[in-house]
Amino acid sequence: MSNLINILSSILIISGALAIITGLLGVFRMPDFFTRLHAASIIDTMGSMLILLGLMLYSGMNLVSLKLLLILIFILITTPAAAHALAKSALHGGVKPVLGKDRT
Amino acid sequence: MFEVATYMILFAMLLALVSAIIGQSVYDKILAVNIFGTITVLFIALFGFLTERPDFLDIALVYALINFIATIAILKFFEYGDMGRSSHMNEDADI
Repeated sequence: MSNLINILSSILIISGALAIITGLLGVFRMPDFFTRLHAASIIDTMGSMLILLGLMLYSGMNLVSLKLLLILIFILITTPAAAHALAKSALHGGVKPVLGKDRT
Repeated sequence: MFEVATYMILFAMLLALVSAIIGQSVYDKILAVNIFGTITVLFIALFGFLTERPDFLDIALVYALINFIATIAILKFFEYGDMGRSSHMNEDADI
């Protein structure tokens, strides 16, 4: 039983790290600031959620798991607020989104 | 498994630093620093489990707070030009 929980939590943690690297590749490859912001939100949701859930599964039911849950809730509340403020500030600061030729 | 995940997260932190250096506008740099802070919170949590000292989670929680406040403060500075004036001159100044 303990072996199964270890394997499951390691799968969660490794896939969370893969999600983080995928989001950073999206930040490098996307053509526009707003699409870059879109790719970066994978890191905030999938990466942190998978890694912190894997650590909670590894540590079991104790105070450490409660602290991990607090970190997860705090990240899930604050990073959309920060992304929204970043998009609003960039739009007011004069960054134009890149549109297709048939959309202007 | 913690070693593998920690090395992958260190590689991701290196990529975020490169993205902060080569970003064209200032908003790209702020985005990269925000990503770097989020990855740092996860790295501190993983490092506490790697060295079997989960007390590091308090530091991770405080780092998440500081990251959010720093992002909002830098964005306010770049949007309004300053960090706010004294409020007895203009009522809308410190919003």
